Amino acid sequence: MDKTTNQKAWFLVLPVLVLVAFSAVIPLMTVVNYSVQDTFGNNVFFWAGLEWFEQALSSDRLWAAFGRQIMFSAIILTIQIPLGIFVALNMPKKGFWASFCLVVMALPLLIPFNVVGTIWQIFGRVDIGLLGHTLDAMGIDYNYTNDVLDAWITVIVMDVWHWTSLVALLAYAGLQSIPEAYYQAAKIDQASRWKVFRYIELPKMQGVLLIAILLRFMDSFMIYTEPFVVTGGGPGNATTFLSIDLVKMAIGQFDLGPAAAFSIMYFLVILLVSWVFYTVMTNLDKREGF
Amino acid sequence: MAKITLSNLAHSYLPNPKSEADYALKEMDHVWDDGGAYALLGASGCGKSTLLNIISGLLHPSEGRVLFGDEDVTDAPTAQRNIAQVFQFPVVYDTMSVRENLAFPLKNRGAKPAYVAERVQTIARMIGMEDVLDRKARGLTADAKQKISLGRGMVREDVNAILFDEPLTVIDPHMKWELRTQLKSLHREFGHTMIYVTHDQTEALTFADKVVVMHDGRVVQMGTPEELFETPAHTFVGYFIGSPGMNLLDAEVRGKTAHIEGVEIPLEATYTAPQGRTQIGVRPEFASLSTGHQGLPVTVTRVEDVGRHRIVRADFLGQEINIIASEGAEIAADATRVIFDPARVNVYVDDWRLSPETAQGKAA
Repeated sequence: MDKTTNQKAWFLVLPVLVLVAFSAVIPLMTVVNYSVQDTFGNNVFFWAGLEWFEQALSSDRLWAAFGRQIMFSAIILTIQIPLGIFVALNMPKKGFWASFCLVVMALPLLIPFNVVGTIWQIFGRVDIGLLGHTLDAMGIDYNYTNDVLDAWITVIVMDVWHWTSLVALLAYAGLQSIPEAYYQAAKIDQASRWKVFRYIELPKMQGVLLIAILLRFMDSFMIYTEPFVVTGGGPGNATTFLSIDLVKMAIGQFDLGPAAAFSIMYFLVILLVSWVFYTVMTNLDKREGF
Repeated sequence: MAKITLSNLAHSYLPNPKSEADYALKEMDHVWDDGGAYALLGASGCGKSTLLNIISGLLHPSEGRVLFGDEDVTDAPTAQRNIAQVFQFPVVYDTMSVRENLAFPLKNRGAKPAYVAERVQTIARMIGMEDVLDRKARGLTADAKQKISLGRGMVREDVNAILFDEPLTVIDPHMKWELRTQLKSLHREFGHTMIYVTHDQTEALTFADKVVVMHDGRVVQMGTPEELFETPAHTFVGYFIGSPGMNLLDAEVRGKTAHIEGVEIPLEATYTAPQGRTQIGVRPEFASLSTGHQGLPVTVTRVEDVGRHRIVRADFLGQEINIIASEGAEIAADATRVIFDPARVNVYVDDWRLSPETAQGKAA
């Protein structure tokens, strides 16, 4: 078939290009611009080369925040994915209670992030919070404002409360698509509950779980609002994750250059990890399917 | 392997069935022989899947008992009934290899590895999948997957019965024939009791020794393909089996004659004044066109050539009568009468076949 050459077609993609330029490319280029320059104010900039990148890479503070971030993402993934699957497995499959569960599960997902933070900030307070006060009354020494472990537990429990529903709903959708005949066949084959999960449910959920893991990884790796509202990154720097640190640097200290270099690397890390995740998982799929 | 007894079995999906219409499965009493190949044939919604699910234990009947051999299994769960089932859509364990799929039912029952390996090899040879034993089941075609389901059903030597729930629905036409032939030979070789649910008469008639025709929650006839063809016990059987189905005409039957709109049709047997709606049923194969003065006056409306023979559609006072004429036979332009072979005319009262008093043909 002959291809018709018509350069006018470019005009059709122009609106999208303009939109993307304004929403993504131009802001990103501003960041790139900042990352290679220095300023002493008055909008006068000097070329700084890769200095900010070198500085960021050799900064202990950044590496510490990076370590905390990895730890946070790892912990919430190891909790939320199995927990979400577990919840999905135990949800009713049809009828009134199925719809009821779905609505209840979806509720945390509908709450704005800073409201979630505020809810937990108050909930955990020792003086007026239901959780904090109850724990205190029970004689448990809990205070997220000055105990590192308590602060971590609070932030993690909050994230689990906020986002496990997403994993559960995705897993539930995956489970619902399994035809009844599979379960009947498993009964006839005398498969144990574990084998039903391992050989029927898990493989059928693989696709949605991949999406769940990706979404939860990206989201948790970029988390800002909720821990910032609850702990403000403290006590000390104990819950200062990458984006909290970034905001401190960019807005608190007004170090635009280092912050810009930092954000570019941040962005690349997320892109890289997501790409690795995706490639590994889809290749896994292909290899099994051959 | 075992014979299957259905004793006073009935099922309703309603908690408190009142009238007969509330039953999806009307009361039935049947004994199915050990090692038989049975087909449950009927239109959608006639209760054949309900019956199958009761036999497999996925459904508990509201009344009656199910016996495998001498053992009452009515309350036994599926896993304890020691049956195998092949479903409408191929059910395979995607992430397992073909070998693991076939071994799965045996491993779950704690069989010895050496025995498992030997059985898997045997079954793989039977279903012709020895070459692909180590492939993942996921990438295989629908018919290959259905063969695996079949193999998984047969891998246990001691199954009481193998149930098939319209297993060829998703299979390509040319593979259907192959799989059906394979099933038939597997049945001959191993002698499992097989129950095959289908709405396709060709499948039922070619697969089964005994075809169980169901209609409206009731078994209307259980018989060999010949019996279903020659002496349908119910008008539904006559209509459902055969292509086209049996011709049914309202008639008044007295002694050895049927009267239809003033025309006398000779019968071979004697019937004493039947009560109720009386009809005569004749298969198109046993009707022929005539130029004489005997038989029903008809107008030929259409002739369809279907290859092996021709189907003549004729009109008799607004009712259609089908006649099968052999390929070579001349259809005369002045053929205005249709005559029936008296030995092949069945009499029905309220849809059920009436046995003649002096039966000369085969009684139902």
